[in-house]
Amino acid sequence: MPTQKQYSIAQLEKKANEIRQDIITMLLEAKSGHSAGPLGMADIFTALYFKVLKHDPKNPEWEDRDRLILSNGHICPVRYAAMAHAGYFKKEELMTLRKFGSRLQGHPERARLPGMETTSGPLGSGLSQASGMAYAGKYLDKKDWRVFCLMSDGEQECGQTWEAAMFAAKNRLDNLVAIIDRNNIQIDGFTEDVMPLEDLKAKYEAFNWHVLEIDGHNMEEIIDACNQAKAIHQKPTLILAHTIPGKGVSFMENDFKWHGTPPGVSDMPGEPAKDEQAKIALKELRTLQGKISSEHE
Amino acid sequence: MVNPQAYLSEKLFSPDIEKVPTRNGYGEGLVLSGEKNKNVVVLCADLSESTRSEYFQKKFPERFIEVGVAEQNMASLASGMALAGKIPFISSYATFSPGRNNEQIRTTIAINNVNVKIGGAHAGISVGPDGATHQALEDMALMRVMPNMRVISPCDALEAKKATIAAAEIEGPVYLRFARAGTPLFTTEKTPFHFGKAEVFWIGNDVTIVASGPLAYEALLAVSLLEKEGVSAEVINNHTVKPLDKETILASLRKTKALVTVEEHQVAGGMGSSVLEMLAQNFQVPAEMVGIQDRFGESGTPEELLNEFKLSHPFIMEAVKKVLRRKKT
Repeated sequence: MPTQKQYSIAQLEKKANEIRQDIITMLLEAKSGHSAGPLGMADIFTALYFKVLKHDPKNPEWEDRDRLILSNGHICPVRYAAMAHAGYFKKEELMTLRKFGSRLQGHPERARLPGMETTSGPLGSGLSQASGMAYAGKYLDKKDWRVFCLMSDGEQECGQTWEAAMFAAKNRLDNLVAIIDRNNIQIDGFTEDVMPLEDLKAKYEAFNWHVLEIDGHNMEEIIDACNQAKAIHQKPTLILAHTIPGKGVSFMENDFKWHGTPPGVSDMPGEPAKDEQAKIALKELRTLQGKISSEHE
Repeated sequence: MVNPQAYLSEKLFSPDIEKVPTRNGYGEGLVLSGEKNKNVVVLCADLSESTRSEYFQKKFPERFIEVGVAEQNMASLASGMALAGKIPFISSYATFSPGRNNEQIRTTIAINNVNVKIGGAHAGISVGPDGATHQALEDMALMRVMPNMRVISPCDALEAKKATIAAAEIEGPVYLRFARAGTPLFTTEKTPFHFGKAEVFWIGNDVTIVASGPLAYEALLAVSLLEKEGVSAEVINNHTVKPLDKETILASLRKTKALVTVEEHQVAGGMGSSVLEMLAQNFQVPAEMVGIQDRFGESGTPEELLNEFKLSHPFIMEAVKKVLRRKKT
C-alpha cells in the first residue's frame, strides 16, 4: 500500500502557497476561469493530497484508495494544481487549463483525467455521488476506503444536496466526510444576500450529521478534523470550513467580483489594472503579503 | 404473413391472448440479472410496487436501495455506485426519471459514461387515469439525444425481460422504457432479441411499419386486417431506438418504398424521428407518423386514450392507406 510521505505543517503551508501561485499562473494563461474559490481551497486540497488521503498518484485507479469527489467543479484549478504537485501529471500540463485538447477541462471530466473520480460542474450532485460511493464501499463491498466530498456553500441552495444529506444519514455513512467551503460568496453576491444559508451547522446536525467547524486555512485544524471524522461512528461527518475566498491575494480576498474572474482579463473599478493583477497576486503570495522577502523580487 | 423466424405467440390474434404490463418484465429481468451478476443493484424512488422493482427487493434486499422521493439524488447516487464498480438500475416513472433528473443523468451518468441503467415506468398515454402529469410522452426524445445513452422500448413483457437482462450486460448507460397497462404477450421465449437489432415480425411488400413498444401489437393487428384488403405490409419491431438498426430498416424500405412509424410518444424527437433522420441521409420514401401530435395526455382508460390520440390499429391502417396513396403519386 502506498503511504503518504510525512510532511511537516510548515512544509504543507509552503506547498499550499506554491499551489496558489500555480493557480494564478494557470488562470492568467487560460484567460478564463474562477479565482476566488481555488485560492480559498488551496490549504484544504494540500492537506488532503499530502496528508489525509490514501492514494497513489502512479496508480490513480488503485482499488483501495480513498475517493475525493469535487462537487463544485468550477474550482478545479486548485485540484489540478494539487494533483500535479502530488505527481499525477507534470506541472507543465497545468498551462493547458481550459484549452482545446487539454485533459484539464474548464469543469472536470472523469474520463479525460485519471484520478479525477467524476465529472462535475452543475452544482448539487457531488454529495449524491459521494454517498453512492460510500454506500457501495460500506455495504456492498465492505471495504475500508473513505469518501471525501468537497462542496461550495452556494450549492447548499440546491435541493439535491439535502436529498443526499438525508440519504447519507439514513444509511449511517460514517465512511463519508463532506467539507463545505464556507467562503460566504457566490457569483451573484454574498450567500446570505442571495439566499440565506445559516444556521448551516444546525441544519446538518438536524439532518443527523456530525458537524465539525474549522478555520479552513489552519493546516492543523484541517488535518485534525479529517482524523476526528474517522472516530465518528454511525454518522456522516461534515467539516464546515470557514475560508477566505481569494485567500493570499489582498485585492481578491472576500470580493465576489473575483468568484468567476481570472486575473489579467478585465479592468475593474477599485482593482489593480489588468496587466498588473497577476504580478501583484504572485508577489503577494511569494512575500506572504509583504511579511517576508522573496528571491523573485 | 407473420415471419416464422419471429416465433410470435400462437395466440397472436386470439381474443384470449394474455395481457401483461411490460413493467412486469422489468421486474423479472432485474431478478434474473441479479442472479447472474452480484454487482447488479436496484435503486427506487418510492415506487417499488408500481415499477416492479419490488421483485428484486424481495429476492435481494441487501442490494435494493430505497432513496425516497428523490429522483435527482437517485441518478447521482447510482453514478457514484457505478464508479465503485456496481451496475445500478434506477427505477421510477419516466416523467420523473429521466424527466425530473435529466441534468443529473446528463452530467453524472452520460458525460461520466458510467454503467447506470434507467428504468422508466408508466411511459406512454396508456398510463390511463393518472392523467398528463404521469404520462411520459417525451422521455425517448430526452434520452435519445444524449451522447453515450442507449434507448430500448420493449414491445411486451417478455421482450422487456430480455431487454433488462441485455441492459445489465451492456457496458454504459441504457434507458429502458416500460408501460403501465397490461398489453398482449405476443412474443415468445424463442422470439429473437438482440440489442441494436430490429426484428421483422410480419413480412410484406407494399409498405413498412416501424413500431416500438406495445403498439407494435396494434401494428400487427392493422396489417392482418390490411392483408384481407389486399395490402401487403411489413412490420418491424424496432425495440432498440438508439443505436438504430439502419440495415434492417433500410433493407425493408428499399423493398417497400413507403414508411409508417408507430410509437406511444411525441412524434417530435421520438423513435419515428430517429428513423426519418436516418432515411433523410440515406434513402427517401413517403412517410406517415403515428404517435402523439404535440399534445399532453389526459385521464381515461388506455383504450379510450389510444383512440383519442389516434394510436390504435384503425389509425395505423389509415396511415398505411395514406402513405400508399402518396407512394403512387
